[in-house]
Amino acid sequence: MAGTVNHDYHILPPDIWPLVGSLSALTFTSGMVLYMHEMANAWLVLGLGIAGLIATFFSWFSNIVKEAQTGHHTPVVQLHMRYGMILFIASEVMFFVGWFWSWFDFALFPSTISEVVGGQFPPKGIEAVMDPFSLPLLNTLILLCSGTTVTWAHHALIHGDRDGLKKGLWLTIILGVIFTCIQAYEYAHAPFGFGGNTYSSAFYMATGFHGFHVLVGTIFLIVCLVRAYKGHFTPKQHFGFEAAAWYWHFVDVVWLFLFVVVYIWGGWGAPIH
Amino acid sequence: MATTAEGFDAHTEDHGHHDADHKPGFFARWFMSTNHKDIGTLYLIFSIVAGIIGGAISGIMRAELAEPGIQILNSSIPFVGVGAESMDAALHHWNVLITAHGLIMVFFMVMPAMIGGFGNWFVPLMIGAPDMAFPRMNNISFWLTVVGFISLLFSMFVPGGPGGNGAGVGWTVYAPLSTSGSVGPAVDFAIFSLHLAGAGSILGATNFITTIFNMRAPGMTLHKMPLFVWSVLVTAFLLLLALPVLAAAITMLITDRNFGTTFYDAAGGGDPVLYQHLFWFFGHPEVYIMILPGFGMISQIVSTFSKKPVFGYLGMAYAMVAIGVVGFIVWAHHMYTTGLDVNTKMYFTAATMVIAVPTGVKIFSWIATMWGGSMEFKSPMVWALGFIFLFTVGGVTGVVLANGGVDDNLHDTYYVVAHFHYVLSLGAVTAMFAGFYYWFPKMSGKMHSEFLAHLHFWVFFVGVNVIFFPMHFLGLQGMPRRYPDYTAAYAYWNEIATLGYKIMAVSIVIFFINIIYALVAGKKAAPNYWGEGATTLEWTLSSPPPFHQFETLPVIDEKGQPVTA
Repeated sequence: MAGTVNHDYHILPPDIWPLVGSLSALTFTSGMVLYMHEMANAWLVLGLGIAGLIATFFSWFSNIVKEAQTGHHTPVVQLHMRYGMILFIASEVMFFVGWFWSWFDFALFPSTISEVVGGQFPPKGIEAVMDPFSLPLLNTLILLCSGTTVTWAHHALIHGDRDGLKKGLWLTIILGVIFTCIQAYEYAHAPFGFGGNTYSSAFYMATGFHGFHVLVGTIFLIVCLVRAYKGHFTPKQHFGFEAAAWYWHFVDVVWLFLFVVVYIWGGWGAPIH
Repeated sequence: MATTAEGFDAHTEDHGHHDADHKPGFFARWFMSTNHKDIGTLYLIFSIVAGIIGGAISGIMRAELAEPGIQILNSSIPFVGVGAESMDAALHHWNVLITAHGLIMVFFMVMPAMIGGFGNWFVPLMIGAPDMAFPRMNNISFWLTVVGFISLLFSMFVPGGPGGNGAGVGWTVYAPLSTSGSVGPAVDFAIFSLHLAGAGSILGATNFITTIFNMRAPGMTLHKMPLFVWSVLVTAFLLLLALPVLAAAITMLITDRNFGTTFYDAAGGGDPVLYQHLFWFFGHPEVYIMILPGFGMISQIVSTFSKKPVFGYLGMAYAMVAIGVVGFIVWAHHMYTTGLDVNTKMYFTAATMVIAVPTGVKIFSWIATMWGGSMEFKSPMVWALGFIFLFTVGGVTGVVLANGGVDDNLHDTYYVVAHFHYVLSLGAVTAMFAGFYYWFPKMSGKMHSEFLAHLHFWVFFVGVNVIFFPMHFLGLQGMPRRYPDYTAAYAYWNEIATLGYKIMAVSIVIFFINIIYALVAGKKAAPNYWGEGATTLEWTLSSPPPFHQFETLPVIDEKGQPVTA
């Protein structure tokens, strides 16, 4: 019927945040350039960009939550979001492929012309590496454990056990925060600095981007916890929670690869700190 | 079942939107848009603006190359802040021009027009969907492209490499020229420009894939989808999987430049060739990203004006899938002269040659579609035929260059420049003009002049061939690319090429006259102005379609045609 919407898709009203978010992103990257070249007003521009980005993310996701709570997320729209999240994670995987690619290049073909590398990996310039079976192993166990607690929360949610949902989420978030703290401690006490050779470049960038994703995943879970306290999510409709759980598992899997490839295999044969 | 714009009663229902043709105010409509057709229009306008800038830059380049010696670069050109002080400045200025030309044409002209413009406009229409899956995200894809372009413009006004302002690193941004070779902030602005535009493209890709998988009209199975939709689907997957690798590669550039990492710095054990691997792992899928939507448009157009369904529909669809898949495993054919060992070169030669098979399937199927058809040489068809010819020429030189041994001689010569301009600026751009004339009346509601469109084609066709065909000869004679000067031996064909640029420029003027004519005095376009050959769903709608189309979803029958009520 003309003029009557006879479909379940979500047609949205005009929205200012895409424009604000894009301008904030430009402000942020421009601020980064100013900062990296020690130019005037770097922190001001950078701060404005970050504030704009935070405002955009906050408002945008608040709007999505509001729309979910007011019945705009029909089954087909929920399916959209599943596709969207899977595809986003697929692109994230390819981002990490880039970092692992550089790691394998440096580890399998260590430079013979560079004095700090000297044809070996870890390079000659690396006096000692971290013991993979000390804090990194602990972190592995923490992340694996957090994978089970988020599944606990999920099962509780499906069975209508709100208390279990909150407990599971609390535990997952706490484990995530502990992981981040241990990672920070490890960085602070690492036997090698940032940059200067291939090992410490690729090590810090790969684990650093993983750490950033842990932070994002933790924030995502905190949002879910807040929503759980507000009474959001039903046993049938809780994609916000599922997306956070998927993301958390993705971060977990990336860590497993990092643990095996970077910490165990990548440091093999080097003196342990 | 065709939704028409006229005669609606104002109607509000509980989802909070109004009747199908109620448009928001100017600012809300164009700066806060969540409408796929408006966002498509914004993309098209943006890409035309970027195309004028990128085309003007190539004009400066052709003027410089018209004769041996340096004549344009040492004159004062204020926007890049280069005077006549030194040869270094003039040469840096040249690098800035070729960099800007490449980046603008790839990221801000072809991609926004093909995927953002035509993809946004016609994927939802062709699958019978009311809009894209994520209308808000659609808008941030567009604005991220715009701010990416602005970041590239910023780079023009700040110091770059030795000798002047601007990023003079080539569109490939190879280390070490882009790291220790150009320490100024211009290169950082240019790199962030790619980050921003790339983020927009990744979000756009997720949007297209979700839309195509999830919003097809009832009865439209994947194997009944128009080929243009197939082409955008494959393109979106390439974007989704290739761009993040570029993001990682150029993030390593940023940290090498500013934070002391040594990914590409040989002194710290890093490897500039690693950058090339990462770049071309993205870069080769990228060239298919630029051409696949063109393939899709040409399929629609050839079928329409032959009044036949496209020959070998499934073969055509899966040929694009095959091109997309194989496109990920041929990247090092861009790197034959970096010292790859012979076995690696053999693999990449063989893998690259394989791509000629599905591409051949497409060329022959277009010809077979025309065979026995009732052909009509309307302007989009003429452009499509031009595309098939020009793209084939570029494809054939591609097979030549795929050979590692031959490429040792031809790498970084004008032969390569001729090759990729035949497939892109003659192939992709010709496909874009074909699509433009095919759909412009559908988008604007006004008919363009067929005479001007034909004239545009012939002048453009002559112009671009005169520019780029002689470059094959220059390349075979050994003229290297990326130099503003050359010996007198190369003067003749360079002069001819510059003449070709002037002819091509005239054709662009005709293009704009045609648009203005259509908008001012063009006849009103009927819903299906191409007649019986045009069978996809966009032709069931008014021209232009209502602001929100398909509020009642169309139903597709066994033959892939809409069921009429």
